[in-house]
Amino acid sequence: MDALVEVSGLTKRYGDTLAVDGVDLRVLPGEVYGFLGPNGAGKTTTLRILTGLIAPTSGRVRVLGGTPGRPDVLGKTGSMIESPAFYPYLSGLDNLRLLAEYAEVPRHRVDEVLDLVDLRERSRDRFSAYSLGMKQRLGVAAALLKDPELVILDEPTNGLDPAGMRDMRRLIRELGSDGRTVLLSSHLLGEVQQICDRVGIIDAGRMVAEHHVEDLRGEQELLIRAAPRESAHSVLSGLLGADAVHRYDDMLRVQVDPARAADLNRALVEAGIAVSELHTSERALEDVFFQLTTTGAKSDVG
Amino acid sequence: MLGSYRAELLKLRKRSAVWVLFGAGLVLSLIFGYLLPYLSYATGDEQTDGVPRAQVLAGMLPARVVDNVIGGYPIFAGALSLVLGAIVLGGEYTWGTLKTIFTQRPGRGAILLAHLLGIATTIAVWVLGMFAACALCSIGIAAAENGAMTWPSLLDLAKGLAGGWLVLMMWALAGAVLAVAFRNVALPIGLGVVWILGIEALFAGVVNSLLPDLEFISDALPGANAGSLVFAVTGMATADAPPGVREAVGGGRSLLTILAYCALFGVLAAWRTKRRDVT
Repeated sequence: MDALVEVSGLTKRYGDTLAVDGVDLRVLPGEVYGFLGPNGAGKTTTLRILTGLIAPTSGRVRVLGGTPGRPDVLGKTGSMIESPAFYPYLSGLDNLRLLAEYAEVPRHRVDEVLDLVDLRERSRDRFSAYSLGMKQRLGVAAALLKDPELVILDEPTNGLDPAGMRDMRRLIRELGSDGRTVLLSSHLLGEVQQICDRVGIIDAGRMVAEHHVEDLRGEQELLIRAAPRESAHSVLSGLLGADAVHRYDDMLRVQVDPARAADLNRALVEAGIAVSELHTSERALEDVFFQLTTTGAKSDVG
Repeated sequence: MLGSYRAELLKLRKRSAVWVLFGAGLVLSLIFGYLLPYLSYATGDEQTDGVPRAQVLAGMLPARVVDNVIGGYPIFAGALSLVLGAIVLGGEYTWGTLKTIFTQRPGRGAILLAHLLGIATTIAVWVLGMFAACALCSIGIAAAENGAMTWPSLLDLAKGLAGGWLVLMMWALAGAVLAVAFRNVALPIGLGVVWILGIEALFAGVVNSLLPDLEFISDALPGANAGSLVFAVTGMATADAPPGVREAVGGGRSLLTILAYCALFGVLAAWRTKRRDVT
C-alpha cells in the first residue's frame, strides 16, 4: 500500500543542535497514526517539515506523493501545528472565512466545520476572547476546512478540559473512521492508546519504535497476589524461570500465557501458598514508552 | 491569487490600526494644509511671516489641493505608511499567523504578493480619502472667502495623486521588508521612523554643509527622491514645502529611483519569505 506520508533519513539541524536525527516514518491511507514522544523530542519539527513550514537539512520527504509545502499538496492537507494561531482582532468566523479565501474553498464549508467542532454559537466573538479550548477547536476547524485527505494535528488536546479532551478524541476517531488519514502528535500516552491505529515513538530526535498500538503493548501477563509473596516468587520462578516473574507493588507480575493461570494457581495452592487474587493484565503503552525513552533502550520492541 | 487578495482586504478592512493610521494622516493633512493656514489667514495681519495674506489664501484654494494632499507624504504620511507596511507583515510574525496561512493552498510568493497588493490598495484608499477631505476643505474655504474655484487639470490631479501613492508605497514597502527581516513589528517601526524623521535629514544636512562631495549619496536616498517627486508632480515652490521636504533631483530621476526602491524592497521581502523556516 502506498504511504500518504513517507519520510526516510529525515534530519533537521539548527546550528549545533540536531532536532531531528534520521527519522523514518510511513503513514498509510486511512489510518490514525500517533506520533508520540516527550516534549522536545522532535515531533513538532517533523510536522513542520511535513507541512512545508521548514526545510529539512537532509532526507527524503513525500506527502501525498508530492513535496511538502507545494500548493497541490497543501490543498489536500489540513494541519494545526503547535498552538492555533489566528488574527486576534477578528472573530472566529472571519478567521475561518479568510482562510477559506486563501484555500479557495466554498464559504458554506466554514459553517460546516464550525458545526463539526461545536463553535457556531461563539463564532462571532473575537478570537482574542476565546478560551484555550475554543482556540484549539477553531484550530481543528481550520484544519478541516479543505475537507483534506490528510489531517496533521500537533497535540490537539493541549489546554482542553477533560470534557473537551473527550470530545476532541471522539472527533479525531470520527475523522479516522471516515477514511481520512490522521497524523497526530502527542505526549499523552493514554490519548494515543485510545485513538491511534499505529504509533511511532520519537525520542531525542530519533525514531525508537513504529508499530501497531496492540503490538507495542505486547502480550498479556498475569498479576498474582499471594501470601507469603516471597514463597510464591520462588515457586513461580522454579516453574517459569526467574526472568518471567517480577515483584510489582505487593503483587507478582508473571509473563506467561494467561491460559496457564489455573496451572499456576494449583501449583501455588499445593505449595501451601494462599492466592487471594489472580488476573490478566495488559502491558500499558506507558510502560513501553518509558522503556524506550528513559532507559536508553533504542531497540525496536515488536 | 484572487482569494488571497480578498483575504488580505478582509484583514486590512477590519484592522483598527489601519484606520487609526489613516485618521492620523488625514488629521495631519487637514491641520497643516488648512486649519493652521486658515487661522493664520483669518487672524493675521496683511503679512504672516513675510507671506502676504492673499498668498496664504491661495495655498488653500482648490487650485492647490494636490500640494496639500501629497505635500507631507515624503515625511509624515511616509512614516505612517512605513508603519502600515510593518504592521501588516510584522503582525503575521508576532501573532504566528504566518504558519496558518502558509499551510493553506497558495504558495508563499502568492501570499506575499497578496499582502503587497493589499497594502497598495489600502494606500490608494488613503490617498483618495485624503484628497476628498482636502478637496472639501478647499471648496469650503473658497466659498467662504470668495476665492477662485479653479481646479487642477485631470492630468495634473492624476499625476499628483499617483506620485503621492508611489511615495507612500515606497515607504510601506520599506516597512514591510524591515518587518520580514526582523520578524517583528516594533523594531522595524522604530528604525524606519527614526530614519524618515531624523537620520536622512541629518545626513543630508551634514553632507550639504561639510561633505559636498558625498551629495550623490544623499541625493540617492529614499526621502530625497520622495521629496523631489512631490516637487515634480505638484510644481510646488520651495518656500511652500513642508519641513524636511526638499527637491534634490529632477522628476524623472526621482521617479526611477523610487521605482527601483520599490522593486528592491519587494524582491528582498520575497527572497526572505520564500527561503525562511517558519517556526
